[in-house]
Amino acid sequence: MKNKNLYNYILGIADNSLILGQRLGSLTGHGPSLETDIACTNMSLDLFGQVRSYYQYAAKIAGDNRTEDDIAMLRKEREYVNVLLVEQPNTDFAYTMARQFLFDVYHLSFLQELQKSKDLTLSAIANKSIKEVSYHLRFSSDWIKRLGDGTAVSHQKMQDAIDGLWTYTDELFHQTEADKAMVAEGIGVDVTLLKEAYYEKVKAILDESTLQTPESKWFQKGGKEGVHTEHLGYLLAELQYMQRAYPNMEW
Amino acid sequence: MSEEQIKNLETQFEARIARDEKIEPKDWMPEKYRKTHIRQMSQHAHSEIVGMLPEGNWITRAPSLRRKVALLAKVQDEAGHGLYLYSACETLGVSREELYEQLHSGKAKYSSIFNYPTVTWADMGAVGWLVDGAAIINQVPLCNTSYGPYARAMVRVCKEESFHQRQGYEIMIKLANGTPEQKELAQDALNRWWWPSLMMLGPTDAESIHTEQSMKWKLKRKSNDDLRQQFIDQTVPQAELIGLTIPDPDLKWNEERQSYDFGEINWDEFWQVVKGHGPCNKERMKARVGAWEEGEWVRDAAMAYAEKKRNRKEKLAI
Repeated sequence: MKNKNLYNYILGIADNSLILGQRLGSLTGHGPSLETDIACTNMSLDLFGQVRSYYQYAAKIAGDNRTEDDIAMLRKEREYVNVLLVEQPNTDFAYTMARQFLFDVYHLSFLQELQKSKDLTLSAIANKSIKEVSYHLRFSSDWIKRLGDGTAVSHQKMQDAIDGLWTYTDELFHQTEADKAMVAEGIGVDVTLLKEAYYEKVKAILDESTLQTPESKWFQKGGKEGVHTEHLGYLLAELQYMQRAYPNMEW
Repeated sequence: MSEEQIKNLETQFEARIARDEKIEPKDWMPEKYRKTHIRQMSQHAHSEIVGMLPEGNWITRAPSLRRKVALLAKVQDEAGHGLYLYSACETLGVSREELYEQLHSGKAKYSSIFNYPTVTWADMGAVGWLVDGAAIINQVPLCNTSYGPYARAMVRVCKEESFHQRQGYEIMIKLANGTPEQKELAQDALNRWWWPSLMMLGPTDAESIHTEQSMKWKLKRKSNDDLRQQFIDQTVPQAELIGLTIPDPDLKWNEERQSYDFGEINWDEFWQVVKGHGPCNKERMKARVGAWEEGEWVRDAAMAYAEKKRNRKEKLAI
């Protein structure tokens, strides 16, 4: 492949949306209210829409006959490069919203920078996605506040979720080789520069929600290098089921 | 109000309906009209949200990204239909919580079709094509029903359902024109969904208890048997077009009636499922009740937060 760094770079962005979209999609029909159900399905839809744009572009760059679905569904566990945060399970609504919020704050600031990319396709996808992700962030922030500053029970559950997921936040700001190469070409976003503002923004919302910002400095990483938590394999087994059971067919 | 006055109001009310005027939430209406509408509209709303489950079952396993996005959008539309229909019910003075309570306790019914399992991907095609197809036949006449909020909700619902039906048929076309294995999936799904879809149009006219009154109020404009015939006549050529066989050895074109004759429906199975003994009745209720109970702390938190916010605002105002 001629432009392997760009290809890998796109996967690094898109895999996050794929895995988070899949997590949200599995909640459809089981939400705590009809309104939240619709909203989570909608976010899942937005994310899969973004995924399709990214993978279609990646397939074009690969230049062989691979399709968006091959990229989405026919890689092995170690070839997915999403961050660990997005693959964490839907433990309860607090975890679902905390995962969403911790990702959305990053995602929005990332897209705002990606919009400035020299690569016009990536810039256009970022531009379109910003509107969607701004809504995701508003939705998840509102729920952090409602649950954090709601009842004693919800406060505890939300604090547990933030504490539980905190260990996966630092990885958002790690750079892969593809990242570095793309930053050097003016195509990629230097995520290390987003880190400080991220933690400030997160802390501001947590403060407003009467939640404690965790102080732990122990962080998990590996997703970006394809070393995942045990949760991912099961998610992939479902995601890939049809393509594996009925190979080389059109649907 | 005297009996005579009530009678007078009733006469005027029936005359308005006969003139095709819409009844609006604040208009006077007979108690039976209100109750019948709550029953039918809530049953419809419940069917939408229970109906999300068999299709939601395939979201994580959809075979392509395109199909996954379409399925998510479809299930989301169903949630949206549930939302309008519950809201339309609320205009008749019943709360969404009360309606959920009726669903969860088994007092209110939902369409029995959703008590069948979706076991393969082809079921997403068959459900869209047949189940939504039968639903449209039931629902299009309701766009002109007498109760305004219901009629208006149905206009939007029908537009979306018709899109879903085409989407389902398109899944079937793709399978039927695919590999032998895919064609087999499509035929198997048709075999399993055909008869339950016919049952969806309701018991035969002789057995249907609500028909006469509902006809008068335009809650129903054609009999169950007429609707079923319309569904069969419309669907058989669609199956033939893509080379699938309707699983009914008695099905044949009747030149004289210009309609299809069809075999005996197994009404024992229908009543068994209606009475709660279908393949998935228990799972569907468990999923709905589970979502509601597990969501209680979330809804409580939202209420508590809204209350706190209101108090803070009031304090600031002072």
